[in-house]
Amino acid sequence: MNATTQSGATDGDTESKPSAAPIVELQGLSVHFGQREILRSLTACLRGRVVGLLGPNGAGKSTLINTLLGFYQPSAGSARIFGHDMRTATRKIRSLVGYMPENDAFISNMSAVSFVQMMGELSGLPSTVALERAHEALFYVGLAEVRYRQLGTYSQGMKQLAKFAQAIVHGPKLLILDEPTNGLDPSARQRMLRMIREIRDSRQVRILLCSHLLRDVEDTCDEVLILKDGRIAHHADLNEERRANKRFLELETYGANGDFTQAIEKLGCECAVSANRIKVILVNGIETCDVYRVAAKHRVRIRRLNFRRDTLEDIFLKAMETDMPTSMHRWSQTAESTNGRL
Amino acid sequence: MAVYRRNYTTYLGALTPAWSRCLVPFRYSKRNLFRSKLRTSLFVACFFFPAACLLMIYLSHSLSFLERLGAASQAFRIDNRFFFYFMNVQGVLSFLLTAFVGPGLISPDLANGALPLYFCRPFSRVEYVLGKSSVLAILLSEITWVPGCILFVVQASIAGPRWTWDHLWIVGSLIVSSVVWIAILSLFAMTLSAWVKWRIVAGALLLAMMFFGIGFAQAVNIVLQTEMGYFFNLGYLIATLEKALFQFGEGSRISVSGACIALLGYCVICLVLLMRKVRAYEVVR
Repeated sequence: MNATTQSGATDGDTESKPSAAPIVELQGLSVHFGQREILRSLTACLRGRVVGLLGPNGAGKSTLINTLLGFYQPSAGSARIFGHDMRTATRKIRSLVGYMPENDAFISNMSAVSFVQMMGELSGLPSTVALERAHEALFYVGLAEVRYRQLGTYSQGMKQLAKFAQAIVHGPKLLILDEPTNGLDPSARQRMLRMIREIRDSRQVRILLCSHLLRDVEDTCDEVLILKDGRIAHHADLNEERRANKRFLELETYGANGDFTQAIEKLGCECAVSANRIKVILVNGIETCDVYRVAAKHRVRIRRLNFRRDTLEDIFLKAMETDMPTSMHRWSQTAESTNGRL
Repeated sequence: MAVYRRNYTTYLGALTPAWSRCLVPFRYSKRNLFRSKLRTSLFVACFFFPAACLLMIYLSHSLSFLERLGAASQAFRIDNRFFFYFMNVQGVLSFLLTAFVGPGLISPDLANGALPLYFCRPFSRVEYVLGKSSVLAILLSEITWVPGCILFVVQASIAGPRWTWDHLWIVGSLIVSSVVWIAILSLFAMTLSAWVKWRIVAGALLLAMMFFGIGFAQAVNIVLQTEMGYFFNLGYLIATLEKALFQFGEGSRISVSGACIALLGYCVICLVLLMRKVRAYEVVR
C-alpha cells in the first residue's frame, strides 16, 4: 500500500482498489469552539485501509471525527470523505459511514436486536433486511446469545460490542471507530482487534480508528495521523516507516574489547558501548549473522541479543517532541498536490 | 454477513426513500408506548367520552326518549355547544395522556447518549423531531379531532343535509382547535422530555406547568392590576381560541389574535429549546 499515491478514484474504484482512493482529505481544516481553536489548519490526505488517529488527551481526535461526521461546523478549510465535501454532501457522507462513538450510546430499554435493527433502518435498510442484518451483526460480534436482552442490562464490554454491531449493520464503506477497545478485558480486546483486522482484510470497507492505545493502532493500522494541540504532529505510512526505520541490536557480551566494536564499525554499523552492553545500529546488507561471525572471530561470547525496530511508540514519542518532522512536510506536500485536483 | 458464515459483508441492496426515515423513530416509539398497561388503559379510557357522545347523538334523534324527558330534552341538542364541550373534555384527556406519554419520547435517547447514533446516519435533527412528535400528533388526533369528525358525520347522516350545511364550519373548528392543542402539547412535552432526563419528573413538570401557569397568571393580574397575566395561562389561551372557533361562550378578557400570537410565541420558544438539546454533541464553548 502506498499512501502517497495520487488517484482520482470514485466510490466505485474504492471497492476494486481499496487502498488507492483517498478516504479523507483535509484542506486547512480549522474548528473553533467560541474563542478556543480546537483544530488548527489541518491538511492531510488519508489513504490507508485502516488509518489510526493518535494523540494525547485534548489533541482534537474526537473533534476531527465529529467534524467529519458534520456534527461540528469548521471555521475554515474543508474536509472530503470519498471525494464528497462534508459541508455540501453531509447526508451522502453519512450514508457511507458507520460510526462507533467513544462514550456510551444506546437506548437502555431496547433489546440489542431491536436497537441494531432500528439503526439499520435509519441508514436506509428496509425493515426486514435490517432485522436480518441485525441478527447477523450481533452473531458476528459475539452477542448472539444475549441479543434479546435489554441493552441497559449489558456489561461495558457488551455495550461496546453492541455499538460495534450498529456501526456495521448497514455495511458502510467507511467505519469510524472511536476508542473501540475502551473498557474491554484482554480477551474481549483481542476479539475486537481481530474483528477489525478481519473487516480490514475483507477489503470492503476502510477504517478510521481513533485510539489512545498505541498497541491497538500498531496491530491494525497501516497509516497513522498523530495530532497534538489541534495540529498534525506526524502523518505516516506505518509500513514505510517500519521499512525505513533503523534496526537495532542490543548485545550483552562477555570478553568484548575495543577490537570487537571496531570490527563491528568496520562493517558500517554504529556502536554505542555502556558497561558490558553494546548497542549496534545495523545498516542495510548487514544482518545478525554477520555480528555473530565477528564475535566468533574475536572470541567474544554473546550472552544476550535483542533485535528491535522503532515501534509506533517511538514514532509517537518523537512526534510529541517535535511538532513538524520532515515526514510530515512530505505528506503535507502530497496532500496539497492531491488537493489541487479536487 | 450471513449468520452461519460469521464474516463481514457490505450491503449492496436497495435503500428506502429518504422521506420515509422519519417514520422509523415513530414506529419504534409507538411500539414501546403500548408496552405499558397504564398508558394503554389511559388511551382506551379516552374513548369512553366519545362513545357516550355517540349514544347522546343517537338518543337526541329518538322521539320517544325525548318525549319522556320533556323540558330536559333541550340538553340533548347537537350544535356547536355540544362539540365545544366535546373538545374541552377530550382536550383535558389528551393533556393527561401527553403527561404520561410525552416525557418518554426523547429522554431515553438522551439519557444514554444515543443521539450521535441517530445523527451519524442520513437522518437530520428535523426528521428526528418530526418522527418523535408524530407519535403524539397521531395519538392525540385519534382522541380529539378524529372522533369529533366521526360524531359530526354520524349526526349529519341522521339530521340530514340542512343541518349538515348549517353546521359544516364546526368540522373546521374541530380540526383547527385540535391541531393547535396537539402542537402546543407535543412541543411542551418533547421540550421537557429533552431537558429533563427523568421521565416521571418530566411528566410531573408538565402537569405542574399547567397549574403553575394558572396561579402565576392570577398573581400577575392581582399584583399588577392588569389582565396581561392571562398570557401565562396556557389553558386560558386555548379556551379563548376555542370559544372563538366554536362561536360559543362569553367573550374572553384577551383578544383572539393576542392569544394566537402568545401560543405561537410559546411554540417558537419550545422549538428553540428543543433544537438546542437535540444534537449529537453539545459544544462547550
